[in-house]
Amino acid sequence: MSERQDPVTGIEAPIYLKYNFTAGAAPARFLSQIRKGVLTGQRCPRCEQVYIPPRGSCAACGVATEEEVVLSDKATVESFTIVSIPIPGNPIQPPYIVANLVADGANISFIHLMSECVNEEVHIGQRVQAVWKPEEEWDYAMDNIRYFKPIDEPDVPVESIGTLPVSGWEG
Amino acid sequence: MTDIAIVAYHQSKAVSDVGACNEVELIMPVLTEVYRQLGIANAQDVDFVCSGSCDYLQGAAFAFVAGVDALGAVPPIRESHVEMDAAWALYESMLKIRMGHAESALIYGFGKSSPGELPIVLSQQLDPYYLAPLWLDSISLAAMQARILLDAGRISERDMAEVVSRSRRNALANPNAQLAGDISADDVLAEETYVSPLRRADCAPVSDGASAMIICTVEKAREWGVPYALITGIDHRMETHNLGMRDLTDSRSTRLAAEGAGVGAGKVDVAELYAPFSHQELILIRALGLGDETSVNPSGGVLAGNLMMASGLSRIGEVFNRIIAGEAERGIAHATSGPCLQHNLVTVVEKA
Repeated sequence: MSERQDPVTGIEAPIYLKYNFTAGAAPARFLSQIRKGVLTGQRCPRCEQVYIPPRGSCAACGVATEEEVVLSDKATVESFTIVSIPIPGNPIQPPYIVANLVADGANISFIHLMSECVNEEVHIGQRVQAVWKPEEEWDYAMDNIRYFKPIDEPDVPVESIGTLPVSGWEG
Repeated sequence: MTDIAIVAYHQSKAVSDVGACNEVELIMPVLTEVYRQLGIANAQDVDFVCSGSCDYLQGAAFAFVAGVDALGAVPPIRESHVEMDAAWALYESMLKIRMGHAESALIYGFGKSSPGELPIVLSQQLDPYYLAPLWLDSISLAAMQARILLDAGRISERDMAEVVSRSRRNALANPNAQLAGDISADDVLAEETYVSPLRRADCAPVSDGASAMIICTVEKAREWGVPYALITGIDHRMETHNLGMRDLTDSRSTRLAAEGAGVGAGKVDVAELYAPFSHQELILIRALGLGDETSVNPSGGVLAGNLMMASGLSRIGEVFNRIIAGEAERGIAHATSGPCLQHNLVTVVEKA
């Protein structure tokens, strides 16, 4: 053996792969609508649950979902957490709320952020509404909605969360 | 060993670009069709589900997880996945059944290769230290393999062109084929060289699509009351990552897998071979010891449409279809993975 070699602890092997990515048919319909400020879900023909955002199938039944359903931008808190650590690269300042929300007219929750609220007072069953970006900033993106904020409506009992019609909640 | 029955199979049409269609939308139509063949509702009606796919193809992280949305996995199901062709998902499913952990299994494979540059994407399956940084694409590696065969006089360019011609002509009868036509070997030879010595027609096209199959015990097949064929042998072997160590003019792994699967125990009426390049079909025919009595790639094979991660399963499905149609009594299906036929699986399918 010749001289002792220093250990090689790393090599540079960057990977660049280009993709022409397309959203699926169901996500494309959803994204086209949210660009216009409208939330849409899809109804399962078998169990009749409404999903948002739709992926083209009912994950529970394994059947294609075709029927489009326009949903309200009002929702109910199904669950939430108060996050005290920053999201890398995200301007949102901790502590902030990540919540499972069920839009009126839908049965399955989606995840979004909450703000304009007293974090310690956020609770399951609380009524919230979307706070949209200015219309000129709308794109094919879920963050057209900046966050959801509490609204002055009575709480929804736990057993009724996920069953509200698109017309909303009278309490 | 317990024989396993194939009871249902379907493949989507191979297309060059399926467009705005996510993995769920790609998978669901083929699942719906195999359910229909058995009169079942969804994946709840089988004991085990195993899929084959590769997220690098479409550039969507965890697409294989998202694909589970196509199954109806509520309440939870027993599910598994291989980052390989679904022919290996079939292998895993057979083990599951033979161990007595399941009576039936749904297998599916899907590939959406159109969003990326497939030959470049496949360079990333190579050795990560020495080969992947060189971006050695799958076509260049296959071209070097063809060069050795031609230079050694094992095959001629006309032999390769005849493989292409037979594929295109056979594919005329295959409604799922992407490339079909009445093309002669002379027509192929008149084409210009692409990556020498390969012409474009020597290379499988880039395709999008999916296929699905249901297998089960013979008892379960009788209970379902549908026509079935038997998988009487299966084996797979893999060669080293180091291309320099391999004899690229032969496929020793295919030869050994064929011996393990019992290919030589009877007449082979039909053989569906996963040869993404024309010269590789010639290597495989020799490694498998096939003669004139065997109809090779009556579907057109993957030169007529190559569903990455599904074409291996589809080869088995094509043999199943020939047997059910009464056109063959015994056939073999071959699946491959990796550069220059690195990893090969051989399945023997027989009339029940």
